[in-house]
Amino acid sequence: MIWLNQIVQGILLGGFYALLASGLSLMFGVMRIINLAHGDLAVLGAFFLYVLANDGGMSPWAALAVVLPSMAAGGWLLQRTMLERSLRAGVLVPLLTTLGLGIVVQNLLFEDFGADQRSLFSNIGALGYDSWRITSQISIGKLSALIFAVAVAVLVALQLFLTRTPLGRALRATAEDPDTAQLVGVDARRVYALAAAIAVAVAALAGVFLAMQSSIQPYSGPGELIFAFETVVIGGLGSLWGTLAGGIVLGVAQNVGAQIDPSWPLLAGHVVFLAVLAARVVLGEIGSRGGLQAVLGRV
Amino acid sequence: MTLLTVEHVDARHGLLHAVRDVSFELGEGETLALVGANGAGKTTLLRTIAGAHRPAAGRVLFEGRDVTRVPPHRRVAMGITLVPEGRRLFGELTVEENLLVARSSGRRGPWTVDAVLEAFPMLEPLRRRRARMLSGGEQQATAIGRALMTNPRVLLLDEVSLGLAPVAVDGVYRSLCSLIERGTTIVLVEQDLGRAMTVASRLVCMLEGRFVLEGDAAELTREQVTEAYFGLRRASRAGSPA
Amino acid sequence: MSTATVQRWTAASLTSSGAVGCLVAALAFVPVALSANATDKLTTFLVYLILAAMWNALAGYAGLVSVGQQAFFGLGAYFAIKLSNAGVGIYPALVLGALCGGAVSVPVSWFMLRLRGGEFAIGMWVVSEIAFRLVILDYSVGGLTGTSIGPALGGFSPSDRRNDNYWLALGAAVLLLAVVFGLLRSRTGASLQAIRDDEEAAASVGVRVLAGKGIVFVLAAFGCAAAGSLWLATSLTFQPDDFFSVKWTAYMLFMALVGGLGTFEGPIVGAVVFFVIQDQWGDQGVWYLVGLGAAAILFALALPRGIWGTVEDRFGLRLLPVGYRLRMPAAGGGGAPA
Repeated sequence: MIWLNQIVQGILLGGFYALLASGLSLMFGVMRIINLAHGDLAVLGAFFLYVLANDGGMSPWAALAVVLPSMAAGGWLLQRTMLERSLRAGVLVPLLTTLGLGIVVQNLLFEDFGADQRSLFSNIGALGYDSWRITSQISIGKLSALIFAVAVAVLVALQLFLTRTPLGRALRATAEDPDTAQLVGVDARRVYALAAAIAVAVAALAGVFLAMQSSIQPYSGPGELIFAFETVVIGGLGSLWGTLAGGIVLGVAQNVGAQIDPSWPLLAGHVVFLAVLAARVVLGEIGSRGGLQAVLGRV
Repeated sequence: MTLLTVEHVDARHGLLHAVRDVSFELGEGETLALVGANGAGKTTLLRTIAGAHRPAAGRVLFEGRDVTRVPPHRRVAMGITLVPEGRRLFGELTVEENLLVARSSGRRGPWTVDAVLEAFPMLEPLRRRRARMLSGGEQQATAIGRALMTNPRVLLLDEVSLGLAPVAVDGVYRSLCSLIERGTTIVLVEQDLGRAMTVASRLVCMLEGRFVLEGDAAELTREQVTEAYFGLRRASRAGSPA
Repeated sequence: MSTATVQRWTAASLTSSGAVGCLVAALAFVPVALSANATDKLTTFLVYLILAAMWNALAGYAGLVSVGQQAFFGLGAYFAIKLSNAGVGIYPALVLGALCGGAVSVPVSWFMLRLRGGEFAIGMWVVSEIAFRLVILDYSVGGLTGTSIGPALGGFSPSDRRNDNYWLALGAAVLLLAVVFGLLRSRTGASLQAIRDDEEAAASVGVRVLAGKGIVFVLAAFGCAAAGSLWLATSLTFQPDDFFSVKWTAYMLFMALVGGLGTFEGPIVGAVVFFVIQDQWGDQGVWYLVGLGAAAILFALALPRGIWGTVEDRFGLRLLPVGYRLRMPAAGGGGAPA
């Protein structure tokens, strides 16, 4: 039964990972950019909300209405000013740009907030510790459930956006063939900026949830980044729902690993990651149409 | 009325000088056939007119306005659309989605999804099929339909018969004829000389980046065009072959 | 009828190669000629140089972007300590540790090299995290807190230690760069270029893609492991979360891209830039790091081909002869080849 509980917790954690990863997946799938600052942007969003909630006295939910649009605008700006130029210069240049950005964000945050762990736990009242008792050994935290639900909702919204709206179609077309997309009237720069805006806003949302569920500090970014990457890769570079599946696999692996041995959770996740990749290599799927581009179509 | 003017355009691909000092004018309703061997510069010229390629020198004018610096998606909004070589459909999108994407420029006009499907009835049952699963002929029809969705004033077609079975090419040219009847201005790059000469009102032949022959299609003979195509006239003028 | 000739050496490259040879010889005398401080600093620089050259070889020549080279950096140090604890003399342990750390790359390569692009990049990061997690389970080297090799080096005086570290670092750097140089000039070098440009096309003309990548991957691993073991020698303490930190990849990325990816001279330039920044401003705490990040962004935007890449593009300059130059015969037929 304890195992079942760990699996349940792992699934819920998977929702968080999927939320964190979806922005990364979007940027890689549409623009082939590996955003090394993704985790740091999530943390930045969380700190932003932290300030609004604690110094500004806002409720965290109300503050989201400020943070998310601001972060979206930031993502837009980031793409138009830095990433667009970097992409033109070469496929590896965005690595340097986003690396630099991540370092700047981390250290500016440190300059302002110091090394202390911050949490939004105290700002969300009972939600932080309330749970539903399923059996004597299985319980579902209300916050975890909320995060999972939000993750699913975001993925559904993204899927609907991509398949039903003109902008979403334009995004999928541009992801597949930016040159031809331009030739049929799509403004690729606007599309890329939109994708970046969505990616950063969703990252910020994930960061906020991380701060609610546990805590953050200025250098938390890279640690979260690797989980986001693992989620994207496990789920298959190219599937929105795969990202959810990837998150769940990672979450369950970590939780089950923790149950086996308390010093193992992260190791278990990494091993499972490699195992999934190994299975794919064996099954010959590696290197097939990589990127969300292939999947944005198959959404 | 002159719709499109190309003035002394030079275009390069790295070190390759693909288009050399090309100038011509296109009037509304005309159908210009652009012929020439592989590597003559036809595709580069079309891409330069469409905005996908920056010329090293020269200007492109549309309806009198200088569009040389205008990016491709905005030229589509102005009315210049290119059907690229090799179809280049969005493989993961359905036929219908491929058509819908072309509405991004915002140009309104007689061409809608329904109108396109009426013009290419073979596509109707394939509406929801992914574009990469279509046959060559079906893909070409979709590509032309997609371009039509932008309601272009000038339609640039790059090698629409390439890689297609003769029956499929017949179908494509039937649609082209009806487009011409409706008054669409067309620049058609075509390797099949016979086909080109049946639909074109004017013909231009390119060789190594230059225009080497120009004239009304009705007045030019096949022999003249063939000579220009292979550069035989040049060689015979220069004396013994190099 | 004259034919075109292929030139491997030009006047410029002969001169610069000669100059480099003299420079290396001169560098050997540094511990004797310059101050202790200078020796220490140069040792640090040499470690950076090795790291930059290795990442450049991986990404610039083999097209393998790895976010996990710190795995070998840490493993080099780890094996060095294990060997030293087992009774091996400290300096031999450092060398053998590097070799063991590098050797781990061989089995890793069998799997990892079948991955592409982002999967490979992140996969390597995960491999390094796994290496980290496994190393901290080993209490004989202090688990998470780590350990010091101070005692093992106890038999050496500080100045001996410093000088020996320097010569070891110089030797390693020269050796590794010479190997890269030789690789680039060899047939493998040409195949690497082909692989980098178009893997499938290269495979279709008979280039052994996996073998080509494998050579570079293993070489880079040995290089990073050597760097790790050298770092251990200079810093004396082994803290796993420092040695296995992704910051080493960040440094390598910075140096390789700022210097000029895919060029031979690039990593040297990049290492110099990085070293100067570290040396001048390293004690400014957070603002130094902000500056480093901002520098990365600025270089990416202003000089995307890196410093040396831009120089090469602008002036067509290639100092060290890794390429080929085609000399066309003089026009007009007949006559001796150019």
